[in-house]
Amino acid sequence: MPISLKNETAIAGIGLTEFTKHSGVSELSLAAQCIKAACDDAGVSPAEIDGLVSYTLDSTDEIEVARAVGAADLSFFSRINYGGGAAVGTIAQAAMAVATGQASTVVCYRAMNGRSGKRMGQGVSGEISSSDLIHWSWYTPYGMLIPGSWIAMIANKYMHRYGVTREDLGRVAISQRNHALRNPRAYGYGKPLTMEQYLSSKQIAEPLCLYDFCQETDGGCAILVTSAERARDLKQQPAVIRGVTQASTRGQEQMTSYYRDDLLSLPEMEMAARRVYAMAGLGPEDIDAACLYDAFTSEIIMQLESFGFCGTGEGKYLVREGALDIDGRLPNNTHGGLISEAYIHGMNNIAEGVRLIRGESTGQPAKSVEHVLVSSGVGVPTGAMILGQAV
Amino acid sequence: MDSRIKPPMGHDNAWWWQMAEEGKLGIQRCRGCQSLRHPPRPMCGQCHSLDWDAVEASGKGTICSYTVLRHPQFPGYEYPLIIILVDLEEGTRVTSQLVGCTPEDVDFDLPVEMLIQEDPDGFKLPVFKLAEFA
Repeated sequence: MPISLKNETAIAGIGLTEFTKHSGVSELSLAAQCIKAACDDAGVSPAEIDGLVSYTLDSTDEIEVARAVGAADLSFFSRINYGGGAAVGTIAQAAMAVATGQASTVVCYRAMNGRSGKRMGQGVSGEISSSDLIHWSWYTPYGMLIPGSWIAMIANKYMHRYGVTREDLGRVAISQRNHALRNPRAYGYGKPLTMEQYLSSKQIAEPLCLYDFCQETDGGCAILVTSAERARDLKQQPAVIRGVTQASTRGQEQMTSYYRDDLLSLPEMEMAARRVYAMAGLGPEDIDAACLYDAFTSEIIMQLESFGFCGTGEGKYLVREGALDIDGRLPNNTHGGLISEAYIHGMNNIAEGVRLIRGESTGQPAKSVEHVLVSSGVGVPTGAMILGQAV
Repeated sequence: MDSRIKPPMGHDNAWWWQMAEEGKLGIQRCRGCQSLRHPPRPMCGQCHSLDWDAVEASGKGTICSYTVLRHPQFPGYEYPLIIILVDLEEGTRVTSQLVGCTPEDVDFDLPVEMLIQEDPDGFKLPVFKLAEFA
């Protein structure tokens, strides 16, 4: 008899470090700090942690973290691959572990010196032959070395087919910057962005310009998952996990799924949508706000279609009518997102989803927020989650 | 002198670069069901055969999508760098570079033809030019 994860588990704590461009400390230090903060937020001792989940790209081993924060016995530890595609996947692992009794207090973390340390997009080469490195061999010799170059190929095709303009991408960037103006943690705090600035900024990988790109950030973010029942008795209002899934589909590559028949949609995100809605027993009409993964602005518009908030090719209309703004149909990335708050590989978007459920976002919409949709990385094996109020 | 990043090579891709060295654009062909596939894989996802050979592509195709890379600029590459996805007439798709024209010349669906580019260090790779300039 399969176990449904619906309403079984909840996020009881979120923890962040400061977000900077030069932390001056190790990634292990960032990890320990955000995990301690998540425990404090939940009102749980780090000694109670018995499960840890992170990204394969994270440099900090679970056992190093466990010693640093004073965790005791770990009965569950795992890693998710594919960069930001791992974000929600870590929560899926934690929820499964808690729902099946493998662990009771699982912390998911991502801590990175993403600006002062190892930056994205440095290329790979050499006499090495893992399947992942062979994959990159089709791109790096041609000069496709940065994530923006891989995404631009899809964005350009999509924009050409559906008449999406640079102004539409600019609207996404500005909407999220406006959210960041209310968020003192955010890179974009105190830095308004105008359409004129957007349109005159440096072209990076056409059609994407500087402001279409996410930040590079030093920082850490941790999310504490426990049973929904236990979360009710902890310090914070729980964000109950209504549904959560990972998703990878036919023709999937990491960032370069260029060989599918049409390049105008995000099949893995459509799969995540089908599964997460089915598990939660909800549809797009039930979602009050979202934290859609936003390494690049174009990904937001495409995801509006993947998750059924509009029809194919209609994402641009939602953006033009202000749907993503604080008073819109689907306030999105109300902390500023990866584009204007910080790039903690999507973990900080999960934290914002929790704040929206608690009613504690700096960009809290006036309307009641019953359900929040959070997605993982775009163009990679991914995942999605719906958070809801306690039942 | 700085040169482009060389591809990591292993069992599943080195043969393609060897064909490029010989002036050819290769496409992997399953010997079980004759289907063509790119990027190459050691097993056919349809018939599960491990037997394959390679055919030489005509080098003709059309532009499926493209991007113009302007920044950051890495040593070994010339900017602006036009990267294209090419729908080959054989039915597979390949990622490559468009040479011999400016970013203003490139557009969706334009016909292109393959040529082998040889770098100053002797490394060869298949690139494309617009058919109208051929």
